[in-house]
Amino acid sequence: MKILVCISNVPDTTTKITFTGDNTKFNTAGVQFIINPYDELALTRALELTEKLTGTVTVINVGLADAEASIRKALAIGATDAVRVNAEPTDAYFVAEQIAAYAKNENYDLILTGRESIDYNGGQVCGLLAEMLGLPSVNAINSLEIENGVATMTRDIDGGREKLSCKLPFVASALQELAEARIPNMRGIMSARTKPLKVVEATGNDFTSATVSFELPAAKGSCKMIAPENAEQLIELLHTEAKVI
Amino acid sequence: MSIIVFAENIDGNFKKATHEAVSYAAEIAKKNNDTCVAISIGNVNDEKLAELAKFGADKIFNVKNDKLNSFVAEAYSKAISQIAASENASVIVVSNTYTGKAIAPRIAAKLKAGIVSGVISFPDTTSGFKVRKTVFSGKAFADVEVKTAVKVLAITPNTFALNENNKAVSITQNDGGLSDTDFITTPIEVTRATGKIVLTEADVVISGGRGLKGPENWHLIENLADTLGAATACSKPVSDMGWRPHSEHVGQTGITIKANLYFAIGISGAIQHLAGVSSSKVMVVINKDPEAPFFKAADYGIVGDAFEVMPKIIEAAKKLKAQHA
Repeated sequence: MKILVCISNVPDTTTKITFTGDNTKFNTAGVQFIINPYDELALTRALELTEKLTGTVTVINVGLADAEASIRKALAIGATDAVRVNAEPTDAYFVAEQIAAYAKNENYDLILTGRESIDYNGGQVCGLLAEMLGLPSVNAINSLEIENGVATMTRDIDGGREKLSCKLPFVASALQELAEARIPNMRGIMSARTKPLKVVEATGNDFTSATVSFELPAAKGSCKMIAPENAEQLIELLHTEAKVI
Repeated sequence: MSIIVFAENIDGNFKKATHEAVSYAAEIAKKNNDTCVAISIGNVNDEKLAELAKFGADKIFNVKNDKLNSFVAEAYSKAISQIAASENASVIVVSNTYTGKAIAPRIAAKLKAGIVSGVISFPDTTSGFKVRKTVFSGKAFADVEVKTAVKVLAITPNTFALNENNKAVSITQNDGGLSDTDFITTPIEVTRATGKIVLTEADVVISGGRGLKGPENWHLIENLADTLGAATACSKPVSDMGWRPHSEHVGQTGITIKANLYFAIGISGAIQHLAGVSSSKVMVVINKDPEAPFFKAADYGIVGDAFEVMPKIIEAAKKLKAQHA
């Protein structure tokens, strides 16, 4: 089994979001970057599968050199090797094109992404990449088993769940339940330093979209407090004042 | 030119999110003097299809084929892309549901179209083509310019108004123009909770946190949800501890919601949780810790013990519903 896992380098979930350059750029000063949590779970599931079925797990990131800490962490968790496409990940379309260009001659049996990155929340790379490679795609999976070249999965759908199967190769995106995150051990951290990390240059320049500016939500007004002994008044206020029930 | 909208159905019925998407597409079409073309895939009867005209569709494609009764991302995207190309589409609108998220990027790649997901505004075309979307799971907004001739927009449910605007409509039958190679994924079984309100579509969401002390106390959440016709949700620690399923976890690494009313009971309001819920119109917090950060984000608050406060609230809600039944 040859698996490719696409990882994105994102601000830690506790980050307070601010912008610079007249609200045109995300302010990275003092921000801790991590592997996108959903991508990390996709990686963990890929490792579980190759431990069972044998094989390799390659991680790929489209990013500049500052993403290498996250890439090394993926190697410490257990990825076999890593590829970094040396370019600023401007939008999902561009990122998917870079990964497709790399993956098209590599004959992966399975490509995994996270459900979405927690910074831009697009959730687009799985579908874009699959279409560019002419492969099927399954988004939002919460289980994945592989037997005799066929994967059986469950995925979240609106208001429920779907069970489905797909023969390899294909692209899928991971939800939270797909795996339990692994904490890298000392051996993993040590070996990550010497595992191969290949840097390739970007191809093409199809910039289909660009973020022009950012804005923070308006601050909320003050919170109207209700005494606990008069809790029933809350319902009255929601009905007559806020008019939401 | 035309504006295409994918009219998603669930078991032959169009949901509110579909009506919103059709209204949205019809509004763009009206502004540009374009035709609003709705595409329905699977088994939907004529009476239901006519609903799409009510929200502004000028033309409806009824794509039917035995294999399309279950959702297959590659087949659905191909059928939509083919119609979009033949109808000379400039914008393709889908609702940003699980189904919409599965097909929108595939359509974009097929048509070499720029794509924006989680759209919360109408396009601004004063210079170029810009739309606003939420980023950082609701912690901020971004204005994104789409530079391609064809654009794909996945719009956030519960964001746009329904626009009733009965039109004469033509229905075109279509078989999707697909072959066996478009159906590599094989649907096996779909299970949907019956009688439960879907979290991402709910107007009202009642959510519980660690302050409820254990899953055995969830009747307080469920009782209020049943009374108000609301969906139930929970914080990350609650789903991590297995008190509630992961599908109920709202927050930055869970589901992002946009409700009219969000009730947070026993949830302190960590930044990751607020990110996933703060697009909601009105937020209520009940917490015994007056220093809980949620009080800074909420509209209404009660500092108190959920076990004492909730029964009073449930009773008052029942009374209100009885009066307006």
